Amino acid sequence: MERHFDEELKEVKEKLLRMAALVEESIAQSIQGLKEEREDLPREVLRREDEVNSLDVEVDGLGLKLLALNQPMAIDLRFISVVLRIGRDLERMGDLAVNIAERTLDIIRFPRLKPLIDIPRMADAAQKMVRDSLTAFIEKDADLARDICRRDDDVDQLNDQVFRELLTYMMQDPSSISRAVDLILVSRNLERIADHATNIAEDVIYFVEGRTIKHHCEGGLRKNPS
Amino acid sequence: MDLVSKIDVQELNFFYGSKQALKDISIICPEKRVTAIIGPSGCGKSTFIRTLNRMNDVVAGTRVEGKILIDDQDILAPGVNVVQLRRSVGMVFQKPNPFPKSIFDNVAYGLRINGLRDRQRIPEIVERSLRQAALWEEVKDRLRDNAFSLSGGQQQRLCIARALAVKPEIILFDEPCSAIDPIATAKIEELIFALKEQYSVVIVTHNMQQAARVSDFTAFLMMGELVEFDRTDKIFTNPSNKLTEEYVTGRFG
Repeated sequence: MERHFDEELKEVKEKLLRMAALVEESIAQSIQGLKEEREDLPREVLRREDEVNSLDVEVDGLGLKLLALNQPMAIDLRFISVVLRIGRDLERMGDLAVNIAERTLDIIRFPRLKPLIDIPRMADAAQKMVRDSLTAFIEKDADLARDICRRDDDVDQLNDQVFRELLTYMMQDPSSISRAVDLILVSRNLERIADHATNIAEDVIYFVEGRTIKHHCEGGLRKNPS
Repeated sequence: MDLVSKIDVQELNFFYGSKQALKDISIICPEKRVTAIIGPSGCGKSTFIRTLNRMNDVVAGTRVEGKILIDDQDILAPGVNVVQLRRSVGMVFQKPNPFPKSIFDNVAYGLRINGLRDRQRIPEIVERSLRQAALWEEVKDRLRDNAFSLSGGQQQRLCIARALAVKPEIILFDEPCSAIDPIATAKIEELIFALKEQYSVVIVTHNMQQAARVSDFTAFLMMGELVEFDRTDKIFTNPSNKLTEEYVTGRFG
């Protein structure tokens, strides 16, 4: 039977995906601005923040309304609860992209401390995680979601690596400290973006399978816990 | 989309003998929207909806005061043609009440007593009404069967088709799902949702969740008084009145 409720579910999903597209664009531009030493891109990220925030409020309001008025059950209930959580993660990712954009505006005012190698790699990995987490949500693909959870460790390692390397610069030359700290902050913001992508992936697994895997509950990443 | 008032109830009071069942009720039911009336048993919901097509007239010892404007005409005024009123304000009751006739004749009944004799028009209208009531596909091959051979949910949709056949502008539902199972209820709810494209709907329900699902506006009555009337999403997410909050959260009632 067709349900008008399905139309409403579609509407909230479309809003969420619109928000996701904006956040992905912000992450990409904040990093591209850093790589290409461009001021226009991070400025655009700052301008976009309001739009992301108002979509966040809309998704929240719509999700709550659907819960209150339709008493959803089973997969409908999981879907709405997951949409609300993904909305929150996306909103945080948007904030982190703004942080990176602000750091970028600072960094490009000074001569480059060192060639960027690990940060772009991290950015690629984190962006791919974000993209895949949303694909997993759209496609209801729990296997892809599990893969994202595993990839989070790679980004964490790159973050440690960036930190150690920049530490050596700072020890050698205290005048490099402010530039190095900015890069460390960029790296940490990317690491957190990957964490939020991981949260989304965990939510997708809950949505699809009804199982909670965060904090390694129910056997964590194993598909069939024994 | 702008809302247009379809039913404008002004300071409605209603008495069964000396007992007052409705006290100063003022509500506007917008056109092509679903307005739900909720409240605990005995709060006056059914009395209220029955005033909208003057079904209470047939109850001895009742008295009504106030105004009910439908398209700016006061239906409580003397000289109103009650038969015509009930044609434009159709009603579906709690228990499915088909006539002991065929499926076809149930829907055609209202047309015939209204003087329609056209042998071509009647089947057309019957089909259209059954389609609108989302029943056509299930009964099109058995239109001559007795209406009582249908399931409860089908009988209820037949009663809706019967109400639709005479082209009403307003449809009143008095607890339309309380005697049918959850799947049939879901079908009726989808149907109510579709009906508001063309009709203004008022539904009385003691099932709060149903009011939340199907309606655009909700009135909460208690002991014959209107406690709160607002958009349904407001009533169920952030009601203004504490009594409404206690009722919709199941703290009493």
